[in-house]
Amino acid sequence: MIEWFHPSLFFIFGAFLIPFLKDKVLKTYLIVITVLALIDVLLMSEGIYWKYSFIGNEIIFGNVDKLSLAFAYVFTIMACIGVIYALHVNDRGQHIAAFLYVGSSLGVIFAGDYFTLFVFWEIMAFASAYLVFAKRERVAIEAGFRYLLFHIFGGVCLLGGIILHYIGTGSLLFGLIEKDGSLAFYLILIGFIVNAAVPPLHAWLTDAYPEGTITGSVFMSAYTTKTAVYVLVRAFPGTEALVWLGTIMTLYGVMYATLQSDFRRLLAYHIVSQVGYMVTGVGLGTELALNGSVSHAFTHILYKGLLFMGAGSVIYMTGNRRLDQLGGIYKTMPITMILYMIAGFSISAFPLFSGFVSKSMIVAAASHDHRAIVALLLIMASSGTFLSTTLKLPYFMFFGKDSGIRTQEPPLNMLIGMGIAAFLCIAIGIFPGPLYAVLPHPVHFEPYTGDHVTGSLGILMFTALGFFMLIKRLEPHPTISIDTDWFYRKGSNIFMWVANNPIAAYEGYIGEIYNVWFTYLTLKFSDFLWRVFDSRIIDGAVNGVARIYLIITSFVWRIFDVRIIDGLVNDIADFWMDFGGVARFSQTGMVRNYAFFMLLGGGILISYYLFR
Amino acid sequence: MIKRFIDFVDSIKNMNELRRPFYIILVLVVLSDFFVHREHAAFFWDHIPGWSALYGFISCIVIILVSKFIGHEWLLKEEDYYD
Repeated sequence: MIEWFHPSLFFIFGAFLIPFLKDKVLKTYLIVITVLALIDVLLMSEGIYWKYSFIGNEIIFGNVDKLSLAFAYVFTIMACIGVIYALHVNDRGQHIAAFLYVGSSLGVIFAGDYFTLFVFWEIMAFASAYLVFAKRERVAIEAGFRYLLFHIFGGVCLLGGIILHYIGTGSLLFGLIEKDGSLAFYLILIGFIVNAAVPPLHAWLTDAYPEGTITGSVFMSAYTTKTAVYVLVRAFPGTEALVWLGTIMTLYGVMYATLQSDFRRLLAYHIVSQVGYMVTGVGLGTELALNGSVSHAFTHILYKGLLFMGAGSVIYMTGNRRLDQLGGIYKTMPITMILYMIAGFSISAFPLFSGFVSKSMIVAAASHDHRAIVALLLIMASSGTFLSTTLKLPYFMFFGKDSGIRTQEPPLNMLIGMGIAAFLCIAIGIFPGPLYAVLPHPVHFEPYTGDHVTGSLGILMFTALGFFMLIKRLEPHPTISIDTDWFYRKGSNIFMWVANNPIAAYEGYIGEIYNVWFTYLTLKFSDFLWRVFDSRIIDGAVNGVARIYLIITSFVWRIFDVRIIDGLVNDIADFWMDFGGVARFSQTGMVRNYAFFMLLGGGILISYYLFR
Repeated sequence: MIKRFIDFVDSIKNMNELRRPFYIILVLVVLSDFFVHREHAAFFWDHIPGWSALYGFISCIVIILVSKFIGHEWLLKEEDYYD
């Protein structure tokens, strides 16, 4: 009996078989693999598994406790939903990328040390970037590159932090970080909050998610930000800065969302807003707050996945992603609309829907901590959530002015995927018990008290009143809003100017110096070496050997045939001549050849030390 | 069932027909807030019945007006801005 089996292996190794399968076999295979992973996670028990020693450090693949299990449950559930929703997709590259993406996020969740965490962290970035590239449109590919570059920036910060942390503490174990204000602390924090999309480091999300493929964005909405929440919960609970960053996030996302007409971008800004609640919970750091963050991540993955699935279905059927061009499609897509509305009520924390039982925990934690401003701002943001996702978006998409678009419901597999997510949203909302049971700390929180319910209804219903009063101001227009991505999208023009003018001139100058000195000297030096080697050492060696042989043969010439000896001597000389020629070829004066030999040598050295 | 739902939505000719039930719901929400037991109140405003309704309304108006103001003054650009 295997003690523990890493669920990532289903996805990561499972991905390698996808290219060889097609049609029904592929569909069955995708479902079987995700269900196996789900069962694997459900049967898991807490403990430390798969611990190895690697170049003098412990690496742990299986750090299983209540916190990692809570995330693993929802990650594998969402994988099943996402795979069902994406079954109709014929592009196998997307299935492979989704599998690698889910598998590597599970790898992060169970990583017990920074090394494992970092490796999976980077696989996540690259696998998810493919889900944007796979749309194969110029806009998407550009957004995908910006997405990737931003994550590489975050990854480099994280790696730097990990190295400094290792130098400082001598340990690579991943756990609570001492709040010593060191550079390592801040670099790791920045690496994590890049993935959590904390402003001003959030623009990769709202830039790339609306450009991803229909099914790809569903996966992306679930995993990257929530693995970041997970690592923050584990390493940074009680970090005061996160309280304020998180609170600002909730309102920042909501404010920008009201300006959007691309409805997946609107939803993406609400990811920023919702993850803000979780980040605030991490910053508060109390048991109630951390439970709130984890449970909100859990419910968020399901309802945000459902929102993206609903929006994706509309794009899939109408080919349109703009609110100002849609309207009146409830007639032909009523089921999609109802399923979308369930997610809308869940994200708005309507009583009896899933967001209510998780978001109220974080707000309550802020109140218990006597943080009046934080609590008030979080409630204000929840009003904005209801306003954009549940009132404005469906109003202008499904109702409103009839756009004349007539379509039909999406394929059955998409409806089933959405149906499962909708069922879970309602089930968790009505029976929060099972969700509370998997949270990392014991739960002493009752969501359905009279004042919670009337309080929420008061906020939400009077938000609706405000919406209908100001509905004219909310009409979507074909505009885009600039965000912090401006700095690297418009700022890149400045960068390009600098690159084309001063740097190009400088580069020419440096290149000249390089040519004159480095290449010239290296060539001269290698030429010199070659001559010395050739004339002194090789000739000397050959002559020496030949002389010894001659001396010996002069004594034993009667025994050995002189011609054989000569032949042997000539062979040795030929070998050294050939070797010298090869050595000369390596001294070409071309940087890439030097780099190749350095890498080759480095690789040999490293593998020697690793495997000796 | 779905057809009936579509017919029901179709039967609503304009938003005015929904006003009366909507206002009734609003009144009920505020009234119910007077009768709940408040054991978790952390701040003084939590004791005021109808506070959440007022705050929700203010929040909604503030979010719409502030974001639209910032948007029109500063953030909103033509769609080909980055091209």
